[in-house]
Parts: sequence; structure tokens; C-alpha cells
Amino acid sequence: MNSMTNLEDLGHLIVEEIGTDILSWSVAYGELMAIVEKSSIARILIYLRDSEALQFTQLMDICGVDYLGREPRFDVVYNLLSISHNERLRLKIEVEEGLPVPSVTSVYSSANWWEREVFDLYGIPFDDHPDLRRILTDYGFEGHPLRKDFPLTGYMEVRYDEAQKRVVYEPVKLPQAFRNFDFESPWEGMERTVQASIPPNTLQEIK
Amino acid sequence: MDSTFQSGDKSTQSFTLNFGPQHPAAHGVLRLILEMDGEIVERADPHIGLLHRGTEKLIEYKTYLQAIPYFDRLDYVSPMSQEHAFALAVEKLLGLEIPIRAKYIRVLFCEITRILNHLLNITTMAIDVGAMTPLLWGFEEREVLMGFYERVSGARMHAAYFRPGGVQKDLPKGLMEDIAAFVERFPKVIDDIEGLLTDNRIFKQRTVNIGVVTSEQALDWGFSGPMLRASNVAWDLRRTQPYEVYDQMEFLIPVGKNGDCYDRYLVRMEEMRQSALIMKQCLEQMPEGPVKIDNYKVTTPPRMKMKTSMEALIHHFKLYSEGYHVPKGETYTVVEAPKGEFGVYLISDGSNRPYRCKIRAPSFAFLQALDLMAKGHMLADVPSIVGSLDIVFGEIDR
Repeated sequence: MNSMTNLEDLGHLIVEEIGTDILSWSVAYGELMAIVEKSSIARILIYLRDSEALQFTQLMDICGVDYLGREPRFDVVYNLLSISHNERLRLKIEVEEGLPVPSVTSVYSSANWWEREVFDLYGIPFDDHPDLRRILTDYGFEGHPLRKDFPLTGYMEVRYDEAQKRVVYEPVKLPQAFRNFDFESPWEGMERTVQASIPPNTLQEIK
Repeated sequence: MDSTFQSGDKSTQSFTLNFGPQHPAAHGVLRLILEMDGEIVERADPHIGLLHRGTEKLIEYKTYLQAIPYFDRLDYVSPMSQEHAFALAVEKLLGLEIPIRAKYIRVLFCEITRILNHLLNITTMAIDVGAMTPLLWGFEEREVLMGFYERVSGARMHAAYFRPGGVQKDLPKGLMEDIAAFVERFPKVIDDIEGLLTDNRIFKQRTVNIGVVTSEQALDWGFSGPMLRASNVAWDLRRTQPYEVYDQMEFLIPVGKNGDCYDRYLVRMEEMRQSALIMKQCLEQMPEGPVKIDNYKVTTPPRMKMKTSMEALIHHFKLYSEGYHVPKGETYTVVEAPKGEFGVYLISDGSNRPYRCKIRAPSFAFLQALDLMAKGHMLADVPSIVGSLDIVFGEIDR
């Protein structure tokens, strides 16, 4: 894999080329990550894809993250791969609840379903998406299940009704309340043994 | 689509065909809405999510160790490769370096998994286009391989064998000899299957020049693994971003020329031969030693120790109730699973449960490009294309 200095060179190069749209960047665990401006994500991706020195020709993944209680609430994460240079790059944008994100389907065709998935599971709308439907959840599903305030047990359950000869939807009935065990204890956990061996998170603020 | 057109005195109208979700050639619960113009596919719209179980949500409510079995149940024909990605991600966040013997065992079983997966894919693809015998021959070998799984982990499929910190148990006595005997015998089986398919006129008619993907398209659609290599892109994570002991293994990476269904079949065939070679090297180089780190905060203490040591007993109890705390951080860790790049994007908030665990499934990207591949082909070509994609709905729907 790439050494740390190489990734830092790459980080500097990207900042130089893209400029103020990169809010911050860091190298941790041998991976390069940058937080970028939401409105210019498509422009940045086009640059990263077409630039001769970078050639991030593949978008491997888009995923949402819900930081409930943080403002803005959501992150949308883009994982890029450059086959010709054998580099990976992770871009993040921060999104407020209810506000749309510019779609990047025109830049990478593979973004289509991943954006649909983020929309389905987190309720983050994408502007100019050609086909923004739900993808993983049931037809007619309500709510966005991967949000932190969506209960693990859900709201509706299905069963086959013998009398009506069809599947019926009913509110979830739990004979026993869902128990979310809290195992947090004064036990020292990993800290004493493992923490020391971890390289410090070399976060570099550039703005 | 309202592409009604007139030709002579006949008028045809495009119609919509519902393919699946209960269809033997759909490889699981694929519901495909096909817009047809006669026999020609105009648009394919896969509806997925019929096997959605909320794995990512469930993992957020489990400790790191309890999350492992969910990975077996994603792509249920290549379970250990996926545990591997998660174990590597957790180890990266914990900063652990596993013992060398554990690395060899992992590589050995990853390659067993690759053969398991490719045997299923190739033979079911063959049955989709009408060849029955490869399935019977291939599944006989899969049964042997699942026997190895069982001997090492106690389960034929859902192994939960690769865990953060190493592997759960050492190889039982006699297993290495049996695997060695299998590796010796297996190339002959591939020859036999190849004899049935590779030059088979019917098989070639059904696969050559069907579902062609150029290398530009393959990159644009986020392809990986055999699908990408069949489109003439030499990219294998085992070689380019090696993990465990893959950098010490000698193997070749087969690459296709045309990117059609036939090339994908050929690439997978050759990969099985290479996997057998890697397994052979693993067995020859397998060192002695421990199979998991001896940090009892992460791995279980030996059973004997628990009978005598109070501390070992406490560690065991805490490990299976509270689990271990993973330091704050995030990582996107990938492995070359049999289907392609299987990634785990793991975010830890410092507690004993993952804050977010996004699973990047390779076949999600393949199925997405089905519209591109099927457009303009006949309806009968759709099963060959779906078969060559190597999709499993456990990991697409998650």
C-alpha cells in the first residue's frame, strides 16, 4: 500500500488544484479523506476523474451517515478508486436534514443506485437524479430505516392473513419491550492495551 | 414506452414483462421489469430489496464480535471472504497485527471460498443455458470444500471463523493433508467441466458476444473482480493492494478480451486454477505458531486457562457480554472477494458497537448495469447475462 508521505503529497496536490472547495483533509490508517463543499461535489468529481495526474476513474461507493444531534446532521461519503495510480480517496460532504445534494450520476453512472440507496435509507434527496425511487425497502414503505431515530424493530410488520387470503400490514406489537443492553462499564476495555499502538490521527486543517 | 410503429400492414407495440421474483433463472429474488419490443429487450429495470434484512442497521446494535455472523449471511456462497473484510477493518482500527499462521490460514480459506463461489456461479450459469452435467460435477466438489469449512469451524456455510485478532481455532489434525489431496485432484475436475463447456457449440452460441461491456463502461459502472477483468482491465486487489500474505504468493491474473459472458466464464475458470495453486503454496509454506493474538481483551483465552485462571474467566465473560471498545476512527477496508471488491466502511465512535458499518457489495454494481448489458438482446439472452454477473441477493439487498 501507499506510504503516509505519498498520501500527504496527494492531499497537497488535490488541495492545490481544487482550492477552497476542500474544507479540510486528513490521512488516517493509510487512507486519504477530504471534507468538501456540498454544492461543488460534481465539479470536484469531474476534475478528479479527468485529471491526468489523478485519474479517479471509478466511484466504488456512496454511503450516508447519520450523526443525530450534530448540525448539519448527515454525511454523504464518496469512495473513489484510481486504477492507474492505485490510490483511494474518500470525499465527504455534510448535509442538513431535508436539503438536497447535487446528483453525480452524470459523472459516474454507478452513482445511480447508490444515491437511490442513500435516499431510501436516510431520506437525503438528490437534485437532478434521473430516477429517484426507493430501492431496498418495501413498496410503499414509510420512513428512512438507517436514521438513528428509526427504531430497530420498525413500525409495521407483515403477516399472512388466512381469512383475507393475503398479506396484511399491522403496527409492530412487541410482547416484550425491545431491550437495548448497555454494557458500558468501568472495565478498561481496549484503551490500556491497544490505544498506544495506534498512529495519531494526523488531522490537517488547511483553511 | 409508446414505440408503436408501423411496418407494412402489421403494427407492433412494446409491452412489459415481469421476470421473477420467483424464477429459477433469476438467481434468487430478482424481480426484473423488462420492456420488450417483441423478443428484443428495450429496457431492463431490476427491482431489488426483496431480501432486505437491514443488516447494516442490525450491526449498529451488536458488538463487533456479534457482527461477524451477519457477514456470512450476505453473500452466502462466499462467506469467509466477507468476514475477512470486516475482520481486517476492525484490526485496522484496533492497530492489531495477527500471527503469521493466521494469515496463511486466512489466505488458504479465502481461496477455498473463491473456488466454492466460482463453482456455483459457472455451473448455475451453465444450467441457465441448458447444460446440466457441470452442475452435478461442480456441486460434488463444493460438498468436499464445505466439508473443509465444517471441519475447521463446525459449520458448512455460516462459518464465523475469521475473527478480529486471527481465526477462531487452529486447523484440526489431518485437514492439511486432505486439502493437499484435494488441490492435487481438483485441476482434473476443472478440465472435465471445461471439456463440457469451453468448446461446446451451444454454450458458445449462448454466451459469445452476449452482454458485452467495454473497459470504459466497466470502470464507469464501478465494476470489480472477474467482471472488470473480463473487460480487459488487469486489476486484482490481491496483487495491487495486497493484504495478509498475498504478496508472497505466485499466481497469474487472467484477463478477458471482449467483456462478454463467455470471457467472464473463462476468467472464472482460470481463477479457480490459480486459487488451487495459491492453496498449494499456502500448504507448503504454512508455518507453525499461534492462530490468534494473545491479547485476551480481543480474543478468547484458551479453554484450559479458564479452568485455572480467574482473570481468564473474567476476560472470557467480558468479551462475550460487553465486547471490546474500538478507538474512534473510520476506515474503508476492501478485500478481493470472489465476486469483486467487497468493502466495509466502518465508523467507530469509541464504544463497543460500530457506529456505522456500510457494506459495499460488488454485485450491487453489476446488477445496476444490467440495463446496459441487456439492451438490444433477446429475452433468452437475459438469463445468460444474469448468470454471468455472478449476483447473490444476500449481499445486494443486505
